[in-house]
Amino acid sequence: MKALRTAGVHAALVVASVVTIYPVLWVVKMALSPSQGFSLSPSPWPTHVTLANFADVLGTHDDAGRWLFGRQLFNSLVVAAAVTALGVALACSAAYALSRFRFPGRQTSLRAFLVSQMFPGVVTSIPLYVLLDRLHLLNHMLGLVLVYATTAIPFCVFMLKGYFDTLPRELEEAVLLDGGTRFDAFWRVALPLSRPALAVTALFCFLTAWNEFILAYTFMNDPRAWTLPVAMQRYVGDYSTEWGHFAAGAIVVSLPVMALFFALERHLVGGLTQGGVKG
Amino acid sequence: MIATSLLLATQLVVWHSYRADEQKALEQCVAVWNRAHADVQVEALALPYDGFASKLEAAIPRGNGPDLVIFGHSAIGDWARAGLIVPLHINDDAIAQFLDGTVEPLRQNGQLWGAPLAFKSLALFYRKDLVAHPPATTDELVALAKQVKATEPAGHYALAYEAGASFYHAPWLHGFGGRLLDDAGKPALDSPGAVASAAFIESLAAAELLPPESTGVVAAQLFNDGRAALTINGPWFVGEIARGVPFGVAPLPTVSATGKPAAPLVEIEAVLMPARGHAPEAAAAFALWLAGGEAARIRARIGRQTVAARAAWDDPEIARDPILSAFRAQLAATVPMPSSPAIRQVWEPLNQALRKVLRGATSARPAMLEAQKRVVEALRPPPPRAPGAPYALLFGVVLVGAAAWAWRRGRAAGGLPAARAQSAAYAYLAPAAIAMIVLVFVPFAVGAGMSLFWHDAGHWTFIGLRNFADILASRDAPVTDPLSFYFTLAVTALWTVTNVALHVIIGVTLALLLRDPLLKLRGVYRVILIVPWAVPNYITALIWKGMFQRQFGAINGLLAAVGLHPISWFSRFWTAFAANVATNVWLGFPFMMVVTLGALSRIPKELEEAAALDGATRWQRLRHVVLPLLKPALLPSVLLGAVWTFNMFNIVFLVSGGEPDGATDILVSQAYRWAFTRGHRYGYAAAYAVLIFALLAAQTFFAPKEETAS
Repeated sequence: MKALRTAGVHAALVVASVVTIYPVLWVVKMALSPSQGFSLSPSPWPTHVTLANFADVLGTHDDAGRWLFGRQLFNSLVVAAAVTALGVALACSAAYALSRFRFPGRQTSLRAFLVSQMFPGVVTSIPLYVLLDRLHLLNHMLGLVLVYATTAIPFCVFMLKGYFDTLPRELEEAVLLDGGTRFDAFWRVALPLSRPALAVTALFCFLTAWNEFILAYTFMNDPRAWTLPVAMQRYVGDYSTEWGHFAAGAIVVSLPVMALFFALERHLVGGLTQGGVKG
Repeated sequence: MIATSLLLATQLVVWHSYRADEQKALEQCVAVWNRAHADVQVEALALPYDGFASKLEAAIPRGNGPDLVIFGHSAIGDWARAGLIVPLHINDDAIAQFLDGTVEPLRQNGQLWGAPLAFKSLALFYRKDLVAHPPATTDELVALAKQVKATEPAGHYALAYEAGASFYHAPWLHGFGGRLLDDAGKPALDSPGAVASAAFIESLAAAELLPPESTGVVAAQLFNDGRAALTINGPWFVGEIARGVPFGVAPLPTVSATGKPAAPLVEIEAVLMPARGHAPEAAAAFALWLAGGEAARIRARIGRQTVAARAAWDDPEIARDPILSAFRAQLAATVPMPSSPAIRQVWEPLNQALRKVLRGATSARPAMLEAQKRVVEALRPPPPRAPGAPYALLFGVVLVGAAAWAWRRGRAAGGLPAARAQSAAYAYLAPAAIAMIVLVFVPFAVGAGMSLFWHDAGHWTFIGLRNFADILASRDAPVTDPLSFYFTLAVTALWTVTNVALHVIIGVTLALLLRDPLLKLRGVYRVILIVPWAVPNYITALIWKGMFQRQFGAINGLLAAVGLHPISWFSRFWTAFAANVATNVWLGFPFMMVVTLGALSRIPKELEEAAALDGATRWQRLRHVVLPLLKPALLPSVLLGAVWTFNMFNIVFLVSGGEPDGATDILVSQAYRWAFTRGHRYGYAAAYAVLIFALLAAQTFFAPKEETAS
C-alpha cells in the first residue's frame, strides 16, 4: 500500500516534470541547430548539433572591435546588483516602518504599494522618459536602477512586512531597554533574523532587473550601455527572427538566473512565505 | 596631427536596425567614409527593430536623437507631420542616379525626405527540384496546386505563404485591380478588385490548396521540408532557407482574371534626417554618399541588398546575381507602401477579414465589407476640442474633496500629535515612498492625464472625457463584438480567475507531493519544476505557440497519437483561450509551488499527528488542518498574482495574439494595440489603462482585510 502510494507520487511528479521540461528542450534544440528558422517538428532533439549560435552570441563585437557581449553582461550584472541592493534597502526600511509603527498614513501607504502594482506599463514609458531626461538620468545606469528598484519594491515590502510581523517583538524591546536605539533594534535584531525573507526579495529584485528590456532599450542609446535582454532583442527583426541566435541568447541569459535560483532555493522555500503565516 | 583633427572632427551618429550581412556592409561603408573624411566621423549604432520607432519619437523632440536614421519610407508621413524629420535636399542630377520608383515614395507634400538605399518587396521563391519553371499566371499556379494535391501525398502543397497577413495578400489585391487606399486616401477594401482578391484566396482555401493556418513559420517549414514548392516572401527570407535547398526567385505571377501582375507593396529603405541634428550639412553629405554608387556596391555585394543606385547594377557581378536581379525585375510591378496615417487602421481589420475567409467563417464579400466599415469607423474625425474651464473646476473639486478626505482620515488616526509621536516611522518609510511617488505615481498620473487628449502625430488636443465616453459607450464596436470594452473585460475576468485557480491548484498539489522529506529525487523534481520561472517568458511563450500549431505542433501530434482529430487551436475562442491559459499556467505554477512549500514547512507536524490520532483520514487532515493553515500564507501571493495575471500582456500577445478576431485579447493587450498597432491613439490607450487601473483599485476595497490592513 505504502509502496503503491510512493509509486503514484513519483508517477505524478515525473509527468509534471516532463510537461515542464518539454518546451524548454525546444529552446535548447533551436539554440543548437545551425538553421535560424523556427523549429516546428515534433521531436525536441536537434538533428545537427552546432555551438555556432552560442559562439555568435557570446562573441559579438561592435565595429570598433570592442567585445560587446562582455560589456553588456557586465552592465546587466551591475544594474541587477545595484537594483538588488537599493530595492532591498528601501523595501526593508519601509516594511519595518509598516510593521513596527502605528502612524497616520500607514493604511494609505500599504494600500498605495498594492495599488502601484495595478498600473499598466503601456502609458508610463513616455512620461518616465521625459522625467529621466529632466533629471539628466537618460543614458545613465543610475536612471535604470532607480526605475527597476521602484518596480520591485512593492512586492518586497509586502513580503518583508509579513515576515517582520511574525518576529517576536520582545527581542527588539530588550535592545531598546538596554539603551539601544530603534535603529539598533532594526539593524542588529530584525534584519539578521529575516535572512530568508531578504534572500527572496533580493532574488525578486535581481530577476526584475535582469529580464527587463523595453525600458532599458528606450532609455539607453549606446549599445555599450545596454543590458543583455536588449542585445538579445536585436535578433528579432522587422520581417524575420534569427531563432537560433535568439534561443542561444535566452539560454545564456537564463543560466545565471538558474544558478542563483538553485543557490538560494533553500532560503527561498523558507523565506517567501514564513511572513504570511502567523505563528 | 591626426589625433587633433579627429578631436575637432564632426561626429555623426546613424541609427539603424540592420543585422548580419546588411549590418556588416553598412559598417564597412562607414569605415570607408571615415578613412576618407577625417573631418566628419560617422558611427553606426545597431538597434533592435521592435520599439525603434517609439524610441525615435521619444528621443528626437528632446534633442537626444541621432544625426541620421535608416528606416522604411512608410514612416515619413507621420514623422514629417510630427516634425521629427526634416527634408533632405537632393538635386535633380543626383536623383537621376536612382532606379525609377525608388525616389517618388520619399516625396511627401512636395518635399523630399530622404536618400533611397534599397527597396524591399515580396517575390516568388520556388524550389528548383520541385518546379522547373515558376508559374507565370495565377491559372498556372492553380493548375499546379491542383496537380500537387492530386498526385502528392497529403500535407504537400504547391504554394504556402502567410495568406492571413495583409502585407502578403497585397500582391493579389493589387493584381485583381484593388487598392488599399483610394486617391483621396480613403480605405478601399470594399472595391470590386479587393473583394475579388479575397474571393481568390477563399477559393484556394476551400479547395484545400493552401495549408491550414498559413503563418510565415509554417510556410518556411513546408518550403524547407520540400512539402511546398513555392512561397511568397522577401529578400530577408534567404537566410531562413535551409542549407542545400535548391531555390530560385522570380517575379510574382500575373493574375489571369485581369491580366495585371500581382504587385506587392514595396518599402524604400532610406536615410532620413532627424530634426535637431547638430551637423545637418555633414549629415546630408554622408546620407548622399551612402545612397550613391560606391557605397551601394558594397551594400549589394556584402549586404546582399537590392540597392536603389543604378551604378551598382552596372557591376556585372551584381547584375548577374539571380536573386538580386529577380527582386529588381519585381520592382517594376510594385506599389509603394502607403505612408498616410490611414493605412495603419487598415492592417488589422484586413488581417482579420483574410483569416475569417481562409478558415471559412465568412465569405469574401461580407468579410471585406465589414473590414471596410471598421476602418472607416476608426478613421472618423477627431472629437472637437473640449472647453477647459469645466474640467479645471471638476479637477479642483476632486482635489479639494481628496484633501478633505485625507484630513479627516489623518484626524481619525490621531492627527498631527500622533504623527509627531511616530516621526521615526516616516524616516523609515520616506526613501521608498519618495522613490515610488517620483518614479511610479507621477509618471502614471501624467500617463493618465493623456487619456483626456487626442493624439495625432505628436500633437495633443484636449478633448475631456471623450475617450472614456467612446470606450464605455462601445463606440468602436457593438457591445457583443470581441473588440468592445465589455467583451474584453469579461474575457479578462475569466482569464484571471482561471489562471489563478489553476496556479493555486497545481502549485499546492505539487507542493504537497514534494512535501515528504524522505521522497527520493525530491531535489531533482524541485529543480526541474522551477525552470519555467527562470527562462525568459518571451521565448517560452513562442515555443508554446509553436506547440499549438495545427499541422506540426506537438499537442496535435499527441492528439493524433491517441486517435483524435487535430485541432485548429487559434481559430475558435475556447481553444485559443485554452492555449493561452495552458501557457500561462505553465509559467506561473512554480511561484505558487514554492510559496506553498515554504508555508507547509511552517505548519507544525504535531497538529496533523494529533488529527491522525483522532482517526482523521488523510483527506480530512488535508481539508481541515493543512488547507486552513495554508490560506493566510497564500493570500498575499494570490492577490498579487491576480493583479499580475490581469495585466499579463506578454502571454496573450505572443501566444494567441488575440486570435480569433481579437476575441482572446485582454484589456491590457487591447490598450497596447490602441497605442501601437492601431495608429498611435495614445489618448485612447491611456483611457484604457486608467479604466484597468480603476477596476483593479476598486477590487482592493473588497479585498480581504488581512492583506492591506493587518
